[in-house]
Amino acid sequence: MTVTADPVRQQPAPPPDASRRLVDRVFKARELAVALVLVLILGATQLSNTEFLSEQGVKDLLLNATILVLVATGQAVVVITRNVDLSVGSVLGISAFAAGIHLRDGGSPLVAVLLAVGLGALFGVLNGALVSLGKVPALVVTLGTLYIVRGIDSIWVGSRQITADALPAGFVDFGHDGIWVLPYLALLATAVLAGVAYYLRSYHSGRDLYALGSSPEAARLAGIPVRARIMTAYVLCGALAGLAGALYLARFGNVDSATGNGYELTVVSAVVVGGVAFTGGSGTVYGAALGALLLTSINSVLPAIGVSSVWVTAINGFLLLLAIAADRILALRVAAALRKKAARTRSARHA
Amino acid sequence: MYGPTAKSARLTAALAVTAVLALGATACSGTTKDSANKAAGPAAATGKADPNKAIKKGLTVAFLPKQVNNPYFTTSDGGGKKALEQLGSTYKEVGTSSGTDTSGQVSYVNTLTQQQVDAIAVSAQDPGALCTALKQAMKNGVSVVTYDSDTQTGCRQAFVSQASAEDLGRTQIQLLAKQIGGKGEIAILSAAQTATNQNTWIDFMKDELKKPEYKDIKLVKTAYGDDDAQKSFQQTQGLLQEHPGLKGIVSPTTVGIKAAAQYLSGSKYRGKVKLTGLGTPNDMRAYVKNGTVEAFELWDPAKLGALAAHTAVALESGRITGAEGETFTAGDLGSFTIGKDGVVLLGKPTVFDKANIDQFKF
Amino acid sequence: MPDATTTTMAPAVRPPALARLGGAVRWDTAVGVLLLTLLVCSFSFVDNFGNALNLSFLIGNTLPIALIALPMTLLVVSGEVDLSVGSTAGLSGAVMGALWNAGMTIEAIIPLCLLLGVVCGLINGLLVTRLGLPSLAVTIGTMAAYRGIAQIVLGSDSVTDFPTQYLDFGSGRIGDTFVPYAAVPFTVLLAVAVVVLHATPTGRSLFATGAGEEAARFSGIRVKRLKLSMFVTTGLISALTGVFWALHYASARYDNATGLELSVIAAVLLGGIDFDGGKGTLGGAVAGVLLLGTLQNVMSLTNVSAQSQIVVTGVLLVISVLAPRVGRQVSEARARRRTRAAVVPPSPRTS
Repeated sequence: MTVTADPVRQQPAPPPDASRRLVDRVFKARELAVALVLVLILGATQLSNTEFLSEQGVKDLLLNATILVLVATGQAVVVITRNVDLSVGSVLGISAFAAGIHLRDGGSPLVAVLLAVGLGALFGVLNGALVSLGKVPALVVTLGTLYIVRGIDSIWVGSRQITADALPAGFVDFGHDGIWVLPYLALLATAVLAGVAYYLRSYHSGRDLYALGSSPEAARLAGIPVRARIMTAYVLCGALAGLAGALYLARFGNVDSATGNGYELTVVSAVVVGGVAFTGGSGTVYGAALGALLLTSINSVLPAIGVSSVWVTAINGFLLLLAIAADRILALRVAAALRKKAARTRSARHA
Repeated sequence: MYGPTAKSARLTAALAVTAVLALGATACSGTTKDSANKAAGPAAATGKADPNKAIKKGLTVAFLPKQVNNPYFTTSDGGGKKALEQLGSTYKEVGTSSGTDTSGQVSYVNTLTQQQVDAIAVSAQDPGALCTALKQAMKNGVSVVTYDSDTQTGCRQAFVSQASAEDLGRTQIQLLAKQIGGKGEIAILSAAQTATNQNTWIDFMKDELKKPEYKDIKLVKTAYGDDDAQKSFQQTQGLLQEHPGLKGIVSPTTVGIKAAAQYLSGSKYRGKVKLTGLGTPNDMRAYVKNGTVEAFELWDPAKLGALAAHTAVALESGRITGAEGETFTAGDLGSFTIGKDGVVLLGKPTVFDKANIDQFKF
Repeated sequence: MPDATTTTMAPAVRPPALARLGGAVRWDTAVGVLLLTLLVCSFSFVDNFGNALNLSFLIGNTLPIALIALPMTLLVVSGEVDLSVGSTAGLSGAVMGALWNAGMTIEAIIPLCLLLGVVCGLINGLLVTRLGLPSLAVTIGTMAAYRGIAQIVLGSDSVTDFPTQYLDFGSGRIGDTFVPYAAVPFTVLLAVAVVVLHATPTGRSLFATGAGEEAARFSGIRVKRLKLSMFVTTGLISALTGVFWALHYASARYDNATGLELSVIAAVLLGGIDFDGGKGTLGGAVAGVLLLGTLQNVMSLTNVSAQSQIVVTGVLLVISVLAPRVGRQVSEARARRRTRAAVVPPSPRTS
């Protein structure tokens, strides 16, 4: 994607230790900023409406965020490699229905969840294959698979729907119960998030994804198996979208052929607000998760303080613009600081 | 560090001015809302109705619901199909897969006109957008009936209404008032802000609440869930947080009531906050049985579709023209009289509760 | 149609044999042929296709996509993209409805709406060119923001009572021919766009910018201003489309033209405009728009369900990006083999 090819150019060559710390600090600051905004918004809402952060309120906030957090985590991994997956909404919908059908016919919940994850991963393989083998812009390919998967979903599902009374009670209860204010779904999402974060941070192949996103050409020349890595990212993203589908079923107890329609934009927004740049190679899944939490919280905050829901779309848009502008300014600052530091080191060496 | 934008600004201004001039030149005097002629005449009833004419057979009647694959419309169109088979005519269904794809619906009307079907039964996504296309269809000899959701009165011959908007609005308030003991704060959870149906019902709800017996009930808010499960969910949460003393919610949309019920049944509010509105028995069965919802109402969508089919065939056979006062029989549904503005009323809605819900399978 | 792509833009590095091969499988020509075949088949085999009324429907429904496809092609050629076009159109329609309700004259409203489109485009363009943000991210943000503003401006209203002579212009056709009135201004705009892109220095600058921004800048092209003016034009035409949409469907609502951006991009891509920038012809883009429009019309006439139509759109989209690249890879591989064969005599094992 050319549109994104430009800004990473000023990424410096392997930075010395000191500057790496600087970069790390700045990007931590980026996530801290999102967290801070989140805390401020929640705090202010709590002041104007004491019911907001009650036990039920906190539980609702966490539950609302769970599904978006999962999908955003997967999306973040793909965006880090300088690609994108627009088909997540469609994949979520079709996996949710697959899980629902299995449960309706008396299957076990565990198998249903695995089925959803597997189906998601399968579509991930399709996306990954098209993107990596065809060397085609991910935006276009996944726009195509968005249509294709949604179409298959509508043909298969037709006017059928899965309603709450077709699901085993235990599965539905799993969708809203929890330990104190911590819903099971949120705990599950957190575990997945931590796992993916650990993989990205500490595994060789995880680090490769960042390298790939920073500079695909350099990554290829450095001997990174580009195709395999892109495939990994897409399969992970698809599998998480599938898992999210299964959880959607548990949470909402209702799936039809329109489930997940238009979800891709929310997901991409969450990822970008959380500091994962479209230009690839930067950001963390924790940031994406925070972005997801922020976006869903805004959706809960506005009704709780009595603001009309017509403002939601506009506010999300402005937030997104603010986030990418902030990222860009931050990146320019970091680049300038690094240049200055490099110049100082150089002159010190020459002195 | 940024270059001056003066030049591009000038370019922009030039473009804008050209556009203004070009358009200004097209008209000498201005047209405003007031000077424009209101084109909302009554349905054009041409020709004479003869109630004794034979029912034509072998007609093709196309159903164009708001959304295909929507269980509610599948049921109603299924009713239409059965009625048409009994009448010896052919049924077909086309439509968009999204409920807000107005342009898609318009092009389907055009396609049906092209295919020279005999009659169209349409549930309009927008009261105005379909007008041009539907008028064109009527001009080409296609009979047009709206069902479930109407267009402007001039754009169709008859509207088959599920129940009068007034009945629906008022009975929902009556149901809820009974459940909350006639006292307390209530809220409405609607679909999209633009939904014509919902807005009319809500107006009648507000009117009903003005009656003295509801003086202790206060409508605190109308929230919009856009017929999206997640949004309706969060709007319900917001209502309960903003108004901790909330006693009841009315949701006059099948998606909204389902989402609200799912949220309530999994929260501490289950059974404490009453919920009613319009829902289908299949969707709501689980929540009625677990005590989240006491009672809700709906008409029988299959009958609605069947009546639309009968009306379309009667129109095409020349038994009615859509003028007020004409009477026709609609198979085993009985006899119907066309009311003001070409409206045919199906009847009163059915109330579903624990006792009778298992008798209904739709 | 003048065809600047292969002649001016064919990279010099390609060996002549390859350029010839690439020329043989020119995608936009292929789409044009496909369109012609489809038209011929539809005229002969599809009932009710060929009459004037149906053709006028077909053109009327395709016009919004075709209108926006013009500036979008120019924009994509210069290496940028604008996803906010549907929302800009929606916003302009919503403002039109709101002002009309407020009692302004329609002759004053329409220019104001167009001005609004210019402002929308200016915002996109400034964010992209001045802040250096990726256009994809910016316009996803403004897509939400503009739609949100439209929702705030018009709320739940649906304005339908525009003056009849304007409505007739929006949906009528000239006499009994198949040409809608609105097709006339479109033809003028098309001619302007073709001349600008394929026969002026501005057009050449667009191709140069898309092919290599750095190089274009060094060769004296004022890249930023060029891009800014393209965004402004896109905004203007989108607003014009919004006005047309409201008149054509006799309905101004905040959710008018939702998802139009995807149709436009799908059509433009199908027409062989490369998302990497620097490649494509307007002929291809218009052929792509007409191909999708005709296909949809024919599928509806032959009772193909909406769901299957979605799948067909998706598959076409994937093929349209995949096929040229795979074709190129195959021909490159063949050329490589040939060069190898010319240098090293074929060993028995390979032949």
